[in-house]
Amino acid sequence: MTAMQRLLLQLPVSAVNMVKTVQSQVQGQEEDKSPVLTPDGVHQAWYSALQPDELRHLRSGGSGGGGGGRGGGGGGGDHEEHSSLEEGGGGGSIFQSQPLRHDDLKEMLDSNKDSLKLEAMKRIVAMIARGKNASDLFPAVVKNVACKNIEVKKLVYVYLVRYAEEQQDLALLSISTFQRGLKDPNQLIRASALRVLSSIRVTIIVPIMMLAIKEAASDMSPYVRKTAAHAIPKLYSLDPEQKDQLIEVIEKLLADKTTLVAGSVVMAFEEVCPERIELIHKNYRKLCNLLIDVEEWGQVVIINMLTRYARTQFLNPNMNESFLEEGSDKTFYGSDEDSDEEEEDKDKKAEAPMVKRKPYVMDPDHRLLLRNTKPLLQSRNAAVVMAVAQLYFHLAPKAEIGVIAKALVRLLRSHSEVQYVVLQNVATMSIKRRGMFEPYLKSFYIRSTDPTQIKILKLEVLTNLANETNISTILREFQTYIKSMDKDFVAATIQAIGRCATNIGEVRDTCLNGLVQLLSNRDELVVAESVVVIKKLLQMQPEKHSDIIKHMAKLTDNIQVPMARASILWLIGEYCEHVPKIAPDVLRKMAKSFTNEEDIVKLQIINLAAKLYLTNSKQTKLLTQYVLNLAKYDQNYDIRDRARFIRQLIVPTEKSGALSKYAKKLFLAIKPAPVLESPFKDRDHFQLGSLSHLLNAKAGGYQELPDWPEAAPDPCVRNVEVKDSVPEWTKCSSREKRKEKKVDKPFYSDSDGESGPTESADSESDSASGSESGSGLEESGSGSESEESEEGSESEEEEEKDKKKKKKIELKKPVQVSESEQSSEEEVRKHERKNKLRKSVSESESDDEEESESESSQSESEDSESEAEVKKKKKAAETKPPPKPVKKECKKEKKEMSLLDLDDFEPTPSPQVTPLNSFLSSSLVNDLEGLSLSDAVLSPAAISPCSALKSYELLHRITGEGLCVEYCFSRQPFPPDANMVSVQMQFTNNATSDTKNLHMEDVKLQSGMRVNEFTEIELLPAGETASAVMGIDFCDSTQAANFQLCTHRRKFFVSIQPPVGELMRPVFLTENEFKKEQGQLMGMNEISEKLTLDVKCRNEHAIVQRVITAANLSRVPCGSDKECRFGGRTVTSGSLVLATVSSREDGAAQLTVNCEKMVIGTMLVKDILLALTQ
Amino acid sequence: MDSCHTENNSRAEMIHSLFLINHAGDIFLEKHWKSVISRSVCDYFFEAKEKAVEPENVPPVLQTPHHYLISIYRDKLFFLSVVQTEVPPLFVIEFLHRVADTIQDYFGECSESLINDNVVTVYELLEEMLDNGFPLATESNVLKEMIRPPTILRSVVNTLTGSSNVGDKLPSGQLSSIPWRRAGVKYTNNEAYFDVIEEIDAIVDKSGTTVFAEIQGVIEASVRLTGMPDLSMTFMNPSLLDDVSFHPCVRFKRWESERALSFIPPDGNFTLMNYHVSSQNLVTIPVYVKQNICFFETGPCGRLDITIGPKQTMGKTVEALMVTIHMPKAVLSANLTATQGNYSYDLATKVLVWDIGKLNPQKLPNLRGSLSLQSGAPKPEDNPSLNIDLKIQQVAISGLKVSRLEMNGEKYKPFKGVKYLTKAGNFQVRT
Repeated sequence: MTAMQRLLLQLPVSAVNMVKTVQSQVQGQEEDKSPVLTPDGVHQAWYSALQPDELRHLRSGGSGGGGGGRGGGGGGGDHEEHSSLEEGGGGGSIFQSQPLRHDDLKEMLDSNKDSLKLEAMKRIVAMIARGKNASDLFPAVVKNVACKNIEVKKLVYVYLVRYAEEQQDLALLSISTFQRGLKDPNQLIRASALRVLSSIRVTIIVPIMMLAIKEAASDMSPYVRKTAAHAIPKLYSLDPEQKDQLIEVIEKLLADKTTLVAGSVVMAFEEVCPERIELIHKNYRKLCNLLIDVEEWGQVVIINMLTRYARTQFLNPNMNESFLEEGSDKTFYGSDEDSDEEEEDKDKKAEAPMVKRKPYVMDPDHRLLLRNTKPLLQSRNAAVVMAVAQLYFHLAPKAEIGVIAKALVRLLRSHSEVQYVVLQNVATMSIKRRGMFEPYLKSFYIRSTDPTQIKILKLEVLTNLANETNISTILREFQTYIKSMDKDFVAATIQAIGRCATNIGEVRDTCLNGLVQLLSNRDELVVAESVVVIKKLLQMQPEKHSDIIKHMAKLTDNIQVPMARASILWLIGEYCEHVPKIAPDVLRKMAKSFTNEEDIVKLQIINLAAKLYLTNSKQTKLLTQYVLNLAKYDQNYDIRDRARFIRQLIVPTEKSGALSKYAKKLFLAIKPAPVLESPFKDRDHFQLGSLSHLLNAKAGGYQELPDWPEAAPDPCVRNVEVKDSVPEWTKCSSREKRKEKKVDKPFYSDSDGESGPTESADSESDSASGSESGSGLEESGSGSESEESEEGSESEEEEEKDKKKKKKIELKKPVQVSESEQSSEEEVRKHERKNKLRKSVSESESDDEEESESESSQSESEDSESEAEVKKKKKAAETKPPPKPVKKECKKEKKEMSLLDLDDFEPTPSPQVTPLNSFLSSSLVNDLEGLSLSDAVLSPAAISPCSALKSYELLHRITGEGLCVEYCFSRQPFPPDANMVSVQMQFTNNATSDTKNLHMEDVKLQSGMRVNEFTEIELLPAGETASAVMGIDFCDSTQAANFQLCTHRRKFFVSIQPPVGELMRPVFLTENEFKKEQGQLMGMNEISEKLTLDVKCRNEHAIVQRVITAANLSRVPCGSDKECRFGGRTVTSGSLVLATVSSREDGAAQLTVNCEKMVIGTMLVKDILLALTQ
Repeated sequence: MDSCHTENNSRAEMIHSLFLINHAGDIFLEKHWKSVISRSVCDYFFEAKEKAVEPENVPPVLQTPHHYLISIYRDKLFFLSVVQTEVPPLFVIEFLHRVADTIQDYFGECSESLINDNVVTVYELLEEMLDNGFPLATESNVLKEMIRPPTILRSVVNTLTGSSNVGDKLPSGQLSSIPWRRAGVKYTNNEAYFDVIEEIDAIVDKSGTTVFAEIQGVIEASVRLTGMPDLSMTFMNPSLLDDVSFHPCVRFKRWESERALSFIPPDGNFTLMNYHVSSQNLVTIPVYVKQNICFFETGPCGRLDITIGPKQTMGKTVEALMVTIHMPKAVLSANLTATQGNYSYDLATKVLVWDIGKLNPQKLPNLRGSLSLQSGAPKPEDNPSLNIDLKIQQVAISGLKVSRLEMNGEKYKPFKGVKYLTKAGNFQVRT
């Protein structure tokens, strides 16, 4: 017997006593039951009715059930029903009659042998499993809740949970057993006791359950807490009155830091109080970070909930369907996708050019969610994949949604039910984002073995994906489908062809011809469906196709399908002018068969008659009257009505009203062609992946997906305070400030303030512990060893490399000045990166750090791999000597960097190090600028863009709790890394206390981007200001660099997004060079816009000033004063950027930008245009 | 009495009830996680089943006035769950498949008779897998700790001693951070086997041109190792893998950074990874099929002539070659001769199966002869498509190779083995 078993056995002993006492109670004094046992009247009555019979068994104990007589009272009806249903099975022994059998079971349950009890319980559970009623055994079973045998006990639990609701009073006998279990030292027993207790649906014990849940919610064991979370919805459904108290528990459990609890508590949240979205704020980041380690089912629930949350808290990333957005994203994500979407966008843009819009910056928390859910696309669980897919569909910027396509296509290999659901969702998505699935077109090809419902869904997707380029492939595919044996599928294919034909003008005729050919198909269904579709197509351009109409008229003799006949008749009537000879003949035939037709056909015959009467009354007058007479006595009142109505309208009598004048207009009005639409259009107003979406109807309990807010709510609500390290006064002040801002939010209330932060303090450590639990074993054994050794060898290599490089530099320096400049710069950069790399690797070794961090380290390592290549390329490119002054400046900068880069960069500190604070003093800025630009450029206009350097706010004083940070693009070269844009940051401490250890952390970047962090500011006294410089390689994109700004007590999520003009640096070009380069960047690479110059901007100086403010370009000399030219290169790739503004007296001007990076070009045009017109 | 308990709570649990229904439409097991829902709710399902004719065509999601029915069809059984409120349908579908997987794992197959024989165990499993309609323990390793799967020996012992299959230990696995592995696993022979199985999905058109082809792979593992081994598997050519999905035990970060599978394996059999081979790589189609199936305009007969030959087999033998054809309804019988293997034609289902066996490149297998049609029936317009089955041992057709399998965390030397197998997945030749 194991220790566990012994533990389990401890509980029941007292329960046995308990049962005994209750028994004696019941026996002796039924009148004075304990207050708990007093149920409502109904039950009591029922209970006493049952009593005599059942209690006999209770009393008789082991002595067996004597007589077979079953008390007449309670449950009698059930037993009858039962006996009729009963069949052999269960235990295998055969009993003659129903009552005997149950008596036998009771006897077994009352015996002293566990084996007999077990056998009895097995049979009873088997009965339950087969859906038979075993409720009459309740008294006999419930006693055994005290059984010592763990197996018996388990089965008793199963029974209890099933029948407790029906036998509430007796169920109460078991409660104390579970209450005792709740106090057990073993967590598993506590959990299981709570689980069973909370599953017993007996209203009287609600207070006991509530208490148990509350206690379990603060249990030491996360497993017990998880069980508590599970119990919450159970109690809520039992007694919704408990909602408020339960929400308190949910709030508490939401703050839990373990992965085990997260899924269950969010589930409880969704069931009990999905409307209390504000409870999520403080836990949002933690949930995001834990997500990957939560079990699969919990992931689904959390992701769905977070989707809703994000919709209330963040801004629509696609709100400015802007070019800016779209363009910049395109550089990162395969532009092979979405090609037609791009076109759409361009169209949209053309319609509304230059709408003034705020640049959209994604909330870092929004980005966090997207980033942390993405790996889950790799889950084996289709529900998880779907959850992530819908999250991306509803929340991600357009250009990023593409990633989900591959995963969804993968699910098509799964079970057919999974396929069914996935295809429904793909169908909806493919309407909105066709480009996303286009590369996977062939994955939707249909196999003859697919179930029909799958075939039809695939067809739907194929139709949605059809466009001018792929339509021929798709039509060829459709041709195969038409030959299928599955006629429903063939019909659907024909409809699909019709839809392709309406949507894509180019293939309309081809489709029509194909469909006409199908009219000679042997299968009537095929022909009928074709007729219906052809009718719709012909409606679009009838005059071209009178021969098809003639052809169809002939079909009336053969086609029997009513819908098809009706369609043909309608066509002939509608276009009778195109078939003047045939039409009356058709009517004649129809008049003959009128009485035998289906109703829809009859109606169309009447219509045809009416139309012919109006156009060709000479030939058809009699026929029409005949038809109308037939219709007049038809059985169907619709047809009778129609006949009467039409007769009044078309046959002029003295009584007929004014309408008959307009009969022709009424009947022969031009009818708009039907729009063949996908049934999945606009289904995305339902959250994808939901039941409601699948049914296209709101299911009970569906939570609407809210629309994006106009303006984002305060992101600070998600900040989690680190309680311990915050001095009391700061906390107060910060809270006060927040209150000023948003008084209405309830969760800032003091009571919350007390519990909230304590529970959810330090989300960072949370996530760390969470991921630890998931991958904790990574550290064990030699796994880490090997990594460490790798690391070791790596660093050795690095050292070697460093040495070599240093030598190289030393060798080269004296000889080739220019080269040394470049390579040393390279060198510095590499050093930087390696240091960082090493750091991050070691971090990941020592500690399970946040996911994101390791991600960044991964990208770093990728970078370092390619370093060698870069180096080679650089060497190869080292030919053009840059102007000397640059070199000087660089040296200076390098020294500066040695300050920044504390670790192991050349340990030769220069005596003339410029202090950091003054580094950015404007004079120096000017100096440096002078160095970087050649004199020729500088002189003509004597422009100092530095004065116009625009500064942006990184952290507001209030958000930053006194710390205010601004940044500007200083337009300085960033010497540690030539590919980086230098960003100058100014920190002001407006608080009344010192801020320490200002540094950045947790840098989150798009792939390819890199950041050179600023040196930590150790102390920023109250009221002081400090500045620092950081470098960001934006990879020539306007993607934001997100990171955390950390002080000794807080972390702030911030992001820097560059205007496109800052992604370039000036180059000097001569007029001839400019012209030559421009000549090479024509066509696609040239973008021109006409504009009217702002009134204040009609002179050369003003133009130059404004252009240079908008973009970091330098002036290129030019003979004409009507034209201003500018040149630059993008920072990362060094692509040439040329801009020309040619103006006329009246202010009309033309702006031309030539750049091989079209995205940069278009964005730049926009920015300069704005600068010149305002 | 039952129905009165289906009350109307504002929100209910995710999965309310489960019914197991056999092919004939009998409910042979039901489980309710809260109040009882009368089995009459299944009538809506039976109605849909009637309408669908083929069981595969029963819509997985049905709406009834008060409930939603979500069902799966597995191994000739329907698993029908009843839900009352909004729930992601895939959530339920995945769960139901997990139930079927678990039953299969426990009893070897998922059949009505086996479930009936082990009804108590199945019921207990369901009790553990779902709590109040929300999945609780779905990992088979955890479940096996709580409810032991039956073995012949144990069932003998059980009848003698009266004990059952309920585990005597508490499910500590549920508490651990790696719920998929039991604690305290011990083996005398420590073995880890991996099967790399690739399936070729292809559509080949009439003329022999490949319309669509791709390779889907899966790595099935059978790991019996003592203690807490930490395995890592690397590939010679991981760049082949385009899209992957993992068992939850695989560390995603390691895959991202090093393209290595690093994991603490579950005990026993499991699917480690599914993958898709990137479409840039041309898919080698191992066999070609020359076929001619035609029906004559006059006279109730048709002709069939199929030859299969090797195309690109990477030097290996193609085995277990089989051709399945779903004939048009009008085809009454087939009078054919096969140069190799046997053929059979099922009159009821109209399925022609030609079991060839090994493909001999010297003497290509051929099946030819005449088909007789129902007299008076029109010539079928639709030509049936051929489904090809085949196996190639010891090769993964994409060229994927496992380069190393390392174990950390335990001292002993395990026996490691990797096997490769290529199969035809959904390989269809259109005619």
